[in-house]
Amino acid sequence: MYDFAYHKPGSVADAVKLLTADPEARPISGGQTLLPALKHRLNRPTALVDLSGIAELKGIRKEGDTLTIGALARHVDVAESAEVTSAIPALARMAANIGDIQVRNRGTIGGSVANNDPAADYPAAVLGLGATIVTDRRRIAADDFFQGMFTTALEPGELLVAIEFPIPEKAGYAKMRNPASRYVMTGAFVARLRSGEVRVAINGAGPCVFRQAEMEKALSANWSPEAVANIRQSPEGLNSDIHGSAEYRAHLVTVMAKRAVAEAG
Amino acid sequence: MPEGFVGRGLRRVEDARFLTGRGRYVADLQEPGQLHGVVLRSPHAHARIAALDAEAARAMPGVRAVLTGEDLAAEGLGPLPCPATVQTVGGPLIIPPRHALARERVRHVGEGVAFVVADSAAAARDAAEAIRVAYEPLPAVTEAPAALVPGAPLLWEEAPGNLAFRFEKGDRAATEAAFADAAHVVALDLVNQRVHAAPIEPRAAIARHDPATGGFDLLLAGQSVHNIRDQLADAVFRLPRERIRVHCPDVGGGFGLKNFLFPEYVMLLSAARRLGRPVRWVADHTEEFLAAVHGRAVQGRGRLALDAEGRFLALHAEMIADLGAYCSPAGPACPTNSFSTAVGGPYAIPAMLVEVRGAFTNTAPVDAYRGAGKPEANYLTERLVEEAARRCGFDPVELRRRNLVRHFPYRSALGMMMDCGRFAENLEEAARLADRPGFAARRAESEARGRRRGLGLACFLETARGAPQEWGGLRFEADGTVSILLGTQSNGQGHETSFAQVAADRLGLPVERFRLVQADTAAIPRGAGHGGARSLHLGGGALVLAAEALLGKARAIAAHLLQAAPSELDFAAGRFTVRGTERGVTLAAVAEAARDPASLPEGMAPGLAAEALNPEDRVTFPAGCHVAEVEVDPETGAIALLRYQAVDDYGRLVNPLLTAGQVQGGVAQGIGQALMEAVAYEAGSGQLLSASFMDYCLPRAADLPALEIGFGECPTASNPLGVKGCGQAGAIAAPQAVMAAVLDALAPLGVTALDMPATPLRVWQAIRTARDG
Repeated sequence: MYDFAYHKPGSVADAVKLLTADPEARPISGGQTLLPALKHRLNRPTALVDLSGIAELKGIRKEGDTLTIGALARHVDVAESAEVTSAIPALARMAANIGDIQVRNRGTIGGSVANNDPAADYPAAVLGLGATIVTDRRRIAADDFFQGMFTTALEPGELLVAIEFPIPEKAGYAKMRNPASRYVMTGAFVARLRSGEVRVAINGAGPCVFRQAEMEKALSANWSPEAVANIRQSPEGLNSDIHGSAEYRAHLVTVMAKRAVAEAG
Repeated sequence: MPEGFVGRGLRRVEDARFLTGRGRYVADLQEPGQLHGVVLRSPHAHARIAALDAEAARAMPGVRAVLTGEDLAAEGLGPLPCPATVQTVGGPLIIPPRHALARERVRHVGEGVAFVVADSAAAARDAAEAIRVAYEPLPAVTEAPAALVPGAPLLWEEAPGNLAFRFEKGDRAATEAAFADAAHVVALDLVNQRVHAAPIEPRAAIARHDPATGGFDLLLAGQSVHNIRDQLADAVFRLPRERIRVHCPDVGGGFGLKNFLFPEYVMLLSAARRLGRPVRWVADHTEEFLAAVHGRAVQGRGRLALDAEGRFLALHAEMIADLGAYCSPAGPACPTNSFSTAVGGPYAIPAMLVEVRGAFTNTAPVDAYRGAGKPEANYLTERLVEEAARRCGFDPVELRRRNLVRHFPYRSALGMMMDCGRFAENLEEAARLADRPGFAARRAESEARGRRRGLGLACFLETARGAPQEWGGLRFEADGTVSILLGTQSNGQGHETSFAQVAADRLGLPVERFRLVQADTAAIPRGAGHGGARSLHLGGGALVLAAEALLGKARAIAAHLLQAAPSELDFAAGRFTVRGTERGVTLAAVAEAARDPASLPEGMAPGLAAEALNPEDRVTFPAGCHVAEVEVDPETGAIALLRYQAVDDYGRLVNPLLTAGQVQGGVAQGIGQALMEAVAYEAGSGQLLSASFMDYCLPRAADLPALEIGFGECPTASNPLGVKGCGQAGAIAAPQAVMAAVLDALAPLGVTALDMPATPLRVWQAIRTARDG
């Protein structure tokens, strides 16, 4: 780990001020990605801006058809939240199966979504539900937010404050884990919104979470596992490593989508 | 001794220390005035070092020294030796020089290029990043078969074709004749993949040098202090052995890996001598993946000849062993000598032939890992037996039943003299536990859920001893405790408990009275450390001899105190009594009296202690039969291990609880090898793709079912305790049991060939290949 300065602001405004003043400063919430990177000297920020003291970033609340989760909600908070469990049970189940107990007790939804690791869980829920990202300065639709591997629409110094999830009619998530890291090798989040819109988001398989249009169309016509069982994902552009080739991941897209629909009921 | 401690599953006396965080490991220990070392490692698999500029690094704050290969050469240090002796054919084993820091060329990713010593580890790391090395990359080869192909990139001029040795053992003519006449011949190409032992405590060491005496002190996380000391003294520093003390505090697992002299220890000692201050180094796990040693890495073709009734006639193994870039101390011995002791397993096979070629590759050196050649031999044997059952239509249990050694002593075709065993009983009991009649219903239940179920059974034979001979001692201390001194070493096996149980029974004292002294060349005159499942067999034998010697001396003192002849005394329950009288004296009182020369017989030295060298060189033959039941998700290739059972013979059990723990750990590592673990190098670049636990998959608790481990005790006469080694057995047994189950599950899908590890990707690919052709 290289040396860095440490700040612990008490408000979003102060945090944004610190991050804007120093482009090499990095926000940190649960630190489940950033701290290992620092320990391995893969990252050299000048300063860490610790968000853990900012009350505005906390809390989970249900208002009408929307479930709003503050950026600092830890995975364990989401997993055990009565609001989440009743409104979007698939989201609570997803949170309950992220990483391991240590990760779930430290990692936050804001950190995961802002980091946009292709093998993270939450981006699939955000994209699959068509959630809205609320930042210190604007609201960003999920379809515009995830832009590529570890890349989002967030501008330098812009802070993710909360995520607004529309409460769907039904939703399900299935994933195949990387056997070693237990990150997502391929996952599928499927949802049928109250508007009637059907969304399918695939994580782990490609460099960035993406929607599977063909499956969305098939499920719109016939919401059943069989509807997606024969839809083949092209392996082109998918990730490939010692744990899973692009062909394997492409195959898993279908299997996981099928299982996610079955889970959604 | 029905009232004794031996045979009781006592909880470990060391547990209280370990479980409450009071264990002392190298990383916990701080030396006044210590400096911190960091190794700069090669990012290239094969490259010439054109230039190395450390000036900027040396000038950085807190930096005390930057050592390079040239510095160590100027110091006159010799290369790290490889004492392995292998009976080669067609020329001797080629042992290229392995210097602690690379000179001119690097030959694997992670090889040490410079050693930076600074006031803090962070300062040393900063400085290491400031060293500029100009590398001229060379072509690299990371797979042993490819390395032996003519025209492959050459690692060593002295080893043409990258061939380190050719090994041959067995009767070629008899084997070939048996194959020629056989009713059935099966052949299999198998890879026993490269794995990493991954002890939870990485290597670590603190070196000191005393300029007054010229002596070195090396405190390390190791398994074999005397071997490391001898190699440092004889080959590297060329000093009298007594000038180097090597010792260990608590050690957090080794599995073979920590037996060896590593380059980092040489760097540390050199730095300590140059700087006159203690220097410490604690590896991180990435360094362990890159630059410790790996295990297994053997592949080749096995053939088995059978007659029409399924009796085994001959076995032929043609293997290629990957040594990595250098000969690690026991590296060439594992796939040759050790492999040959166990090939053929518990079966009577009249003719066998083992041929091995050792290859240099641009990878980390390969050496002993839990079993060290015996897992490879047993895996090959059992896969061949399974293949024969499948191809020739024999029931796999019946085929084994028909071929097990049943009459002892039995001399194997490769010369192993098995003194005793219950191979058939192990098989029958395991087959009963497997509930084969109920399997069809279980399989149907899985299929109803879209899963494929498989049942696998496999035997194993361990040939346990490691290095022959061992030293032991016993000494009554002034505080009333009794020290057990041993040349073997615990690095988590529970020796503080098991050896105390042995000594307690011999001396008639409670186990709490004993203290284990181990792993210190200053306290223990000789020893061969830990490895080869040798500790209770050879160390236990040494302890028994020491106890007998000690009681002999105590008897003489007691006789003197009781005014009786030594032959008139009985010893029982820790007390000498004059036969036929009430007169007696306890051993503790004898020990107390022994401190006063006035209480002793004429001419006897004060104190009560004894030592013994156990000259034993016989091997013990632990064996067993393991059963695995798996369920495969054919859509994803994921495997769930549902059930695991074992029926094993480790002779007489000193502590069944600790034996079960040893077997559990070994089985878990064997399951890891079967289903998850693989060291992966990228072809061409030679980059290590599995350099952290993010990519190197170790089994977690949740991956394992409750392991049902049962014992049948068939005591050996090879040691006075009747014990057989249990430390490696699980890792020797599990891979073939699990793979038999996996292949059984996949057989209906047409899958006939599969190498370890059976990862989801591999299983899915195998299913697809079988389906699509």
